[in-house]
Amino acid sequence: MPISAETRLKLYRSMLECRVLEKRAYDLFMQNLIKGTSHLALGQEAIAAGFGMAMRPDDYTFCTYRGHNHTLVRGVSMTAILGELMGNSSGLMRGKGGSMHLTSVKHHMMGSYAIIGAHLTIANGAAWSAQYRGTEQVAVCFFGDGTTNIGAFHEALNFAVIWKLPVVFVCENNLYMEYTSIHDVTAVEHPAADRASAYGLEPVLIDGNDVDVVYRTAQRALELARRGGGPSLIEAETYRHGGHSRADPGKYRPDDEVKAWLAKDPLPRYRTRLLQMGITEGEIEKIEGETQAAIDGATETARTAPPPPLEIADQDVWANGGSAWRN
Amino acid sequence: MAQLTYRDAVAAGMAQEMRRDPNVVLLGEDVAAAGGVFKATVGLLDEFGAKRVKDTPISEQAIVGAAMGAAMTGLRPVVDLMFSDFFAVCWDIVANQIAKTRYMTDGQVTLPLVIRSANGAGSRFGAQHSQSVENWAMTIPGLKIVAPAFPGDVKGMLAAAIRDEDPVLFFEQKSLYATKGEVPDGEHVIELGKANVIREGTDVTIVALALMVPRALKAAEMLQEQHGINATVIDLRSLVPLDTQTILREVAKTGRLVTVEENPRLCGWGAEISSIVAEELFWDLDGPIVRVTTPHIPLAAANNLEDAQLPNPERIVASVRQLVD
Repeated sequence: MPISAETRLKLYRSMLECRVLEKRAYDLFMQNLIKGTSHLALGQEAIAAGFGMAMRPDDYTFCTYRGHNHTLVRGVSMTAILGELMGNSSGLMRGKGGSMHLTSVKHHMMGSYAIIGAHLTIANGAAWSAQYRGTEQVAVCFFGDGTTNIGAFHEALNFAVIWKLPVVFVCENNLYMEYTSIHDVTAVEHPAADRASAYGLEPVLIDGNDVDVVYRTAQRALELARRGGGPSLIEAETYRHGGHSRADPGKYRPDDEVKAWLAKDPLPRYRTRLLQMGITEGEIEKIEGETQAAIDGATETARTAPPPPLEIADQDVWANGGSAWRN
Repeated sequence: MAQLTYRDAVAAGMAQEMRRDPNVVLLGEDVAAAGGVFKATVGLLDEFGAKRVKDTPISEQAIVGAAMGAAMTGLRPVVDLMFSDFFAVCWDIVANQIAKTRYMTDGQVTLPLVIRSANGAGSRFGAQHSQSVENWAMTIPGLKIVAPAFPGDVKGMLAAAIRDEDPVLFFEQKSLYATKGEVPDGEHVIELGKANVIREGTDVTIVALALMVPRALKAAEMLQEQHGINATVIDLRSLVPLDTQTILREVAKTGRLVTVEENPRLCGWGAEISSIVAEELFWDLDGPIVRVTTPHIPLAAANNLEDAQLPNPERIVASVRQLVD
């Protein structure tokens, strides 16, 4: 079935929102308004947007510390994300988690996980719960190419297959684990797709910078999981425009490689496609203007919010709201 | 009041809670058809079926991670982590994920899950299947820690752990599985975080946990009969939450404290209790606080070597006599 113009405009808007959010996050680092570390997914927006569009509102998202976009596409506000990055009271977790742990349970965004591999096993648990409760929810779990070399990846895939869990594993292969090329440290060419057959899964290798391809692939995998067909493993090839984290300028990457991938930037590429399809410049510019206004407003709200109240520092270790370990 | 073994009390506690709440599920290696390698889950597959009692591969990260994901989305999973030494292969999920997620998410995520595990020595399993690892967990904020010594407490505290809204690590002492004790009929639940004064004395307070509890009781009898020393014995039962009020009250009465720990010496729970008592009850003490522990060495497999390593009634008696005489 063709993708409607309306859906395509939503996909473009979604990618653009991710782009402006993370560009703004970068600017706020440079102004020293965001401390600690942060991992941007500039250039990888098509994967978050494509899946976000295909998922049911009650499907679960699990992602990594590179998770701002995956959080945004589930409906969390730009203000709540920027506020969390800045560690103030407007933040999604009022500064208790930070950039690497964005979570919004009411949006079924079940967490950003900062230790490689763990969340694949946790996504299995949410999928098991959905299967047990008979809700036809699907858990979607995003991770990087580096994750394919840790034990939890292999434990989780085997487990998902034997329990036929409604889970979709999405490897965002941006070609670098952190500062090292994934090819230099991996036994196979395609770190996820080439491992699929070890678990009886179809190898799925897609262009992760083409949002239409991502969206269609997501729809298929979600549908398979929802009707009891079990897990999928998808490898989406993409590229991050910047380094691994705030501290990394990404100088280890050859200039011509960077140039070639910038030419495949999912946003201008999709903009051109929309125009070729007959969508007008005016319609696109309207989205661009609205998105810019949204990020400017969110920045101002988040930037001027007060610090979190000190009393929350020792709250919510336990479900009773407290932190007492003795009487 | 029924006489049950410690292992049957595990199954009884599981069954009581699985009958009560359809969201309670059990997963682990060999827990279903095999009834557990320690036979502590016998009968559960037959009564509750394969949907709720699930065998897993040898994949501790996948098992504990699945429990976490299930707990955050509405189930109350119980993990059977065969040997507590295996916490070392899933410690990321336990210490980094399960323990911290509620806090990091500003209270959004609730994790009502239990990880049961066979802990401790005395069964000649050697250094990698005999450790007492409750202290590993005690250093991590966000984990509740339970370690019962008697079948009645096993059933009642396992039930309480399953009903608890927070993650609970439930340490079953593997050398106690065959021991018998009274278990109340009908629904039985024991609040977590309450130590049990199982012998009241006047001269010294001995605080013990799990396998060390029967040994401390035996030592108390020997002290009474052979040396005229009358000891209080406290079964801690739970390390987090820690019932410091009971400890402080009893130590205030006797003026002396001896802790008996199965774990190796450094940073054992007895050190934390000693520190609390020294800070809060120093002027009521009639002598130094004494810790009896396994030495700071790995555990050996041979009968005589392992026996020499673990605290036993004779060592406890000797330590108390040094303090009291």
